[in-house]
Amino acid sequence: MTDMDRLETTPAIELVHVSKHFEAFTAVHDTDLAIGEGEFFSLLGPSGCGKTTTLRMIAGFEQPTGGEIRLKGKDITAQPPHLRNVNMVFQNYALFPHMTIFDNVAFGLQVRRLPGEEIRERVLAALEMVQLTGMVTRKPAQLSGGQQQRVALARALVNRPAVLLLDEPLGALDQKLRKEMQLELKDLQREVGITFVYVTHDQEEALTMSDRIAVMSAGHVLQVDAPRAIYEHPATRFVADFIGVTNFLDGRLVSSDGREAVVEVDRVGALRAGPRPEMTAGQPVTVAVRPERMRLAAGGNEDNGVAGTLEEIVFVGNDTHYFVRLGGGPRVMVREQNQVPTDQGVPFEPGQSVTVAWAIASTTLLRE
Amino acid sequence: MARRFSFLIPYYAVLVILLYIPIGVLFLFSVNDGTVFSFPIKSLTTHWYADMLANSALLQAAGNSALVALGSSLAATALGTAAAIAVLRFSLRGRGVFLAVALMPLLVPFLILGVALLILFAAFDVQRSLWTVGIGHAVVSLPYTLLIVMARLVGFPNNLEEAAQDLGATYFYTLRRVILPMIGPAMVAAWLVAFTISFDEFVLASFLIGREPTLPVYIFGQLRFANRFPQVVALAVLVMIVSISLVLVAEWLQRTGSSAAQARRMG
Repeated sequence: MTDMDRLETTPAIELVHVSKHFEAFTAVHDTDLAIGEGEFFSLLGPSGCGKTTTLRMIAGFEQPTGGEIRLKGKDITAQPPHLRNVNMVFQNYALFPHMTIFDNVAFGLQVRRLPGEEIRERVLAALEMVQLTGMVTRKPAQLSGGQQQRVALARALVNRPAVLLLDEPLGALDQKLRKEMQLELKDLQREVGITFVYVTHDQEEALTMSDRIAVMSAGHVLQVDAPRAIYEHPATRFVADFIGVTNFLDGRLVSSDGREAVVEVDRVGALRAGPRPEMTAGQPVTVAVRPERMRLAAGGNEDNGVAGTLEEIVFVGNDTHYFVRLGGGPRVMVREQNQVPTDQGVPFEPGQSVTVAWAIASTTLLRE
Repeated sequence: MARRFSFLIPYYAVLVILLYIPIGVLFLFSVNDGTVFSFPIKSLTTHWYADMLANSALLQAAGNSALVALGSSLAATALGTAAAIAVLRFSLRGRGVFLAVALMPLLVPFLILGVALLILFAAFDVQRSLWTVGIGHAVVSLPYTLLIVMARLVGFPNNLEEAAQDLGATYFYTLRRVILPMIGPAMVAAWLVAFTISFDEFVLASFLIGREPTLPVYIFGQLRFANRFPQVVALAVLVMIVSISLVLVAEWLQRTGSSAAQARRMG
């Protein structure tokens, strides 16, 4: 199913002109979002960008100041949390400390007064799904952080919600476990086919797991796109800077036709980029290029080549980062993979003159 | 460490002796065969205990105290628990003021509180009785129950209620299955403390009492009669044993509760 197919059917979750004010502070500005059925959708942004508030509005813990929230086409804006067919995995898991693992997972089913036999079957199936069989009689305090996280997941999924909300669920785990859980969560989501709305501030996590990402900043949704599109075609400088690392060169558009656009950057010269017919000559633009798309060349035949002085070399194991001052003006970072052992002599010395080269396809123009 | 502070050991010993000599004397007096206490003790007896158990006025007073203590401690625990949940789990306007007002009885001398309540009851034409004593005791116990339950409640993540509601539970279901079971041990501890406070409280009771005395009021009245005094002492020993046991149980409950909560946080 492609993104477009998903949106042609009724979206699982729809936010229509939703906003949230806390007294004078606006946590979420007028926001429209449509999250497709079965989609793994991430809300990505730095802390305080409004992503958690958005999630809590979908769960029903916060009431929007304006706008409407729809679940499968039905307006649920006024519905209290316990009546919404959505479940949440909390950042601190929020497991009930005095209950066994079984009772924690069974809670939602017991609330609905399902027959005991069905509860038992579904709880055990949910625990099996997160690979936690044999822990049913333990208390949450007796489990590791990763295991508690799985219990929280099982407790939510056992209810078969229309949408699962996850609030930085991997935030409290260590780096290695996080990576494992990312892939596991993604597999689990594919297996159960439930729509996931995932809040995170970790761009790598969002890129790894999501079908689509909404990048948020200061209460605004800046861009909604597939991970690849967000990385390759960031809509704003903030998105380009927040997702991965980007070199920015501020300049002015000198010409734009059907084949390519040319930008004049002070002390750097004319740089070529792909066609941007909607832009007009004379307007200020920013050239954005990822460090790994730049090369240090002796004299390249690439689309763009700028002379500069190599100021600093930083060895980071798998890569080497070169910091180059372009024409005495802006400084850029060039990332080269260390494909041969680096202790057998380095090809460059600090202070030496180099040419930084990159392709038109790797050049993004941002309007400021 | 232990060696460096070894001078504290005799200091501690003196402290303990000073604290417990009167209690020891009390016990010796209660088994001393005579109405005047002097060393050496002539002979041991248990007849003060037997007399005490045959003294119906005294037993009546003890029963009154138990009744007042039971009622006032249950009321204080219910109110303290509700207040603790309100202060910690709801975004309450003026929560600081509310908390300060609720804890005020800790600071106001009982003498003043007693006079104030007396005036209040008189103004509303309320007859003094065990009820008025009970109300006074509920007021002075409230700060303790509030603080004990609050101490336990802060040990739990504050979004457990949200988690329960997210899973479909109404607030009352959440209260019954999540919040009350979690703070249960603290509520029992709070109740025991409130019971103990009420049971041996004298100042408020002496102001608010009607015709039926509570035990401390009765004991105070008996001090005039030297020949009945050893009975009172015998009773005091019994009450003390019960009080200390109750406080120890309360302390133990609070500790097991909080260490479990701590283990949870660490986990």
